[in-house]
Amino acid sequence: MSRRRFRKFKNGLFLGLSMMATLAGLAALAAILFTLIAHGLAGISPRLFTQMTPVPNADQPGGLLNAIFGSAVMTALGILVGGPIGVLAGTYLAEYGRNSRLSTAVRFINDVLLSAPSIIVGLFIYEIIVVPMGHFSALAGALSLAVLAIPVTLRTTEDMLHLVPMGMKDSSAALGAQPWRTTLSILYPAARSGIVTGLLLAVARISGETAPLLFTALNNQFWSTNLAEPMANLPVVIFQFALSPYADWQQLAWAGALLITITILVLSIAARTLLAVLQRQGGGDR
Amino acid sequence: MMSATPKAPKHLKARVPVSAVPPALPLGPPKIEIRHLNFYYGALQALHDINLTLADRSITAFIGPSGCGKSTLLRVLNRMYALYPKQRAEGEVLIGGRDILGPTVDVADLRYRVGMVFQKPTPFPMSVFQNVAFGLRLAGGMRGSELKDRVESALKDAAIWEEVKDKLDADGRSLSGGQQQRLCIARTIAVQPEVLLLDEPTAALDPISTLKVEETLEALRQKYCIVIVTHNLQQAARVSDVTGFMFLGELIEIGPSNELFTAPKNRKTDDYITGRFG
Repeated sequence: MSRRRFRKFKNGLFLGLSMMATLAGLAALAAILFTLIAHGLAGISPRLFTQMTPVPNADQPGGLLNAIFGSAVMTALGILVGGPIGVLAGTYLAEYGRNSRLSTAVRFINDVLLSAPSIIVGLFIYEIIVVPMGHFSALAGALSLAVLAIPVTLRTTEDMLHLVPMGMKDSSAALGAQPWRTTLSILYPAARSGIVTGLLLAVARISGETAPLLFTALNNQFWSTNLAEPMANLPVVIFQFALSPYADWQQLAWAGALLITITILVLSIAARTLLAVLQRQGGGDR
Repeated sequence: MMSATPKAPKHLKARVPVSAVPPALPLGPPKIEIRHLNFYYGALQALHDINLTLADRSITAFIGPSGCGKSTLLRVLNRMYALYPKQRAEGEVLIGGRDILGPTVDVADLRYRVGMVFQKPTPFPMSVFQNVAFGLRLAGGMRGSELKDRVESALKDAAIWEEVKDKLDADGRSLSGGQQQRLCIARTIAVQPEVLLLDEPTAALDPISTLKVEETLEALRQKYCIVIVTHNLQQAARVSDVTGFMFLGELIEIGPSNELFTAPKNRKTDDYITGRFG
């Protein structure tokens, strides 16, 4: 009897500890969100999307249009360059070089890259693009984001292709389809929502990155669509404005931070919803 | 227990190793000839010196306990094994007189001529129509009404047309398990292969779907050389003209199904079909 009670006690203890850990984690998150909303909400207004970043203590309050545009452009370019590389490399790992030495090496390096500090990536692009060009540019910023997008997409693509039932590949081959045909016509459609999820996660990841952009795209006070010139972007603007002593800049930084958070939240929810759809389909396949 | 006495039927007279003698072939001319086939999974030998002849326009069933090599034999016939590393076949497999194990054989072309249906239904992630059209599109050159006609006749041959004619645009994966399997059969016969291989095609199906698939096979026997692997002895007895019993990678006995199931020549066959092991 006492033994049983001891076991119940241990069970209760572990349940309590894990619940406390969960609460601690959630509390930190809630605190961040609360602070963000409390400070950022006041700054949310249509002018964020219509006006440029202001000079300090300007007569007009100003907005974030150039930074929002810059972030969108560089994130889009980053995913356009990094996404296909990640998807194709993931396809190679999952379908062509499943057990080859090259795959083992690529998989390992990719895992390292997945957790590499993003500032290293920024420095890398700085060395190979910014220094030869002689100045910061949106192109360099987009490329550093591309480098960050590759490992996320690669990993999810490989995982999702592994989920496609072997029988489907075999059936396609049994009809005389070459591997590239099977990949394009069967595997990609079958793993579509999973791969798209990976791309969305990559967008979420790179749209909030600051460190790699500091060394590459830097910032721009003005509206610019020139990829060869420095370009404004939300993370760096937030970084710069938040550190400034000016109240209007700080208010814009809070608003920008809230904006990014909401964007990432929406993207993550979209990704999760897609993943749920994928799993429902997978369950239907048995 | 029945044993081969001197009074045995005529086909049992020749008391030579069965594997050396092609069985009596009541139906079409020989379609597949297998000579001295050995198969290896790495160092493990899975098939030992298989010799047999399969007739066109007939259904041949292979039975035997799990791991006896019957599925392996099937996967040799369209070189499915070549998709996996470290698997290799030795010997000769002639289909329509050509050795398909030769190095110059175009595997994609071979698989186009030798269709295969798998144990689990594997509808592709596309519409019912596109599923059946997939193989035809691979071959190319077919479109419009011609494609439509071929898809329709394949679905009719697979005895599923009535059930799907109103939902050709529905996702193939939305069909029931039995329908999915008949869809896969339709997809396979749409390209009009010379040989149709079925690897336990009804193992994942309910009895009614099984019956429908068997009726489908019955109808297809007029056109194809059909090879089916099954765990279901009654099924083998029901649908096949010829049955081969395999055990531990060897072809123990092959002969007309009605004879193999009623008067097996080999003791092991007898033990297996009477449920003494396996």
